Amino acid sequence: MEDNLKSFEAAGVRPVAISVDEPSVSANLCSKANYTFTFLSDPDTVAIKRYDLLHKGAGENGHDIARPAEFLVDRSGTVRWVNLAEDLRVRARAEQMLAEAKKLQ
Amino acid sequence: MHLRNWPLWGGLLLAVVAFFSYFIVFSRWVITRDVPWVTYLLFIVATVLLIAGVRHAERKLGVSIVAFVGIAIFAVFVFAVTVGTKMLPASHGAPRVGQKAPEFALHDTANRVVTLSALEQSAPKGVLLIFYRGYW
Repeated sequence: MEDNLKSFEAAGVRPVAISVDEPSVSANLCSKANYTFTFLSDPDTVAIKRYDLLHKGAGENGHDIARPAEFLVDRSGTVRWVNLAEDLRVRARAEQMLAEAKKLQ
Repeated sequence: MHLRNWPLWGGLLLAVVAFFSYFIVFSRWVITRDVPWVTYLLFIVATVLLIAGVRHAERKLGVSIVAFVGIAIFAVFVFAVTVGTKMLPASHGAPRVGQKAPEFALHDTANRVVTLSALEQSAPKGVLLIFYRGYW
């Protein structure tokens, strides 16, 4: 993902990662993996519920988490592309997301 | 049951190792994760050993139970990676193409509150929201 960050920036799109992880946990992940893009924390699943992505009890210790999904949103706030992961083990490839990002005006 | 029946106990141990090694080791690489061929190989060898163990034994009941457990671990694994990983919520209410992305205000890694509208304005063309499971 980080390798493609420059490509996303070149395409004018800002990647933002969101999960239930607390800021300290995400910060730790970022420093270990050398990620520089934005990580947001949604421990109470407020945004996750708003996007209807709640996966009840699927996290460690039965915590509620998000099912994986990606949304490309333009500057007007309109969704331009959506990917709801159908299989936990198959991630949307960064190349695919990048191709969608380049289509934005 | 005697511990001398090494195919039986070896088969059970291998089934357990196959199961856990997928989640601990092999799921880290795409090549062994998406189609867990290494794990399937280990389970097949385990099954062969378990069957050999059953045939080797004189008294069948106890060893058959052990063999059943080993094969059940194999079955649970197959279920988990074929059906289980697809058991995701329907998310019918997720925003669709053409709809407005719902606003939110969340903390970033520096504990600053960040809104979606601020993010949208911060990039020339837009943002890519990547919701992930967490617990990495």
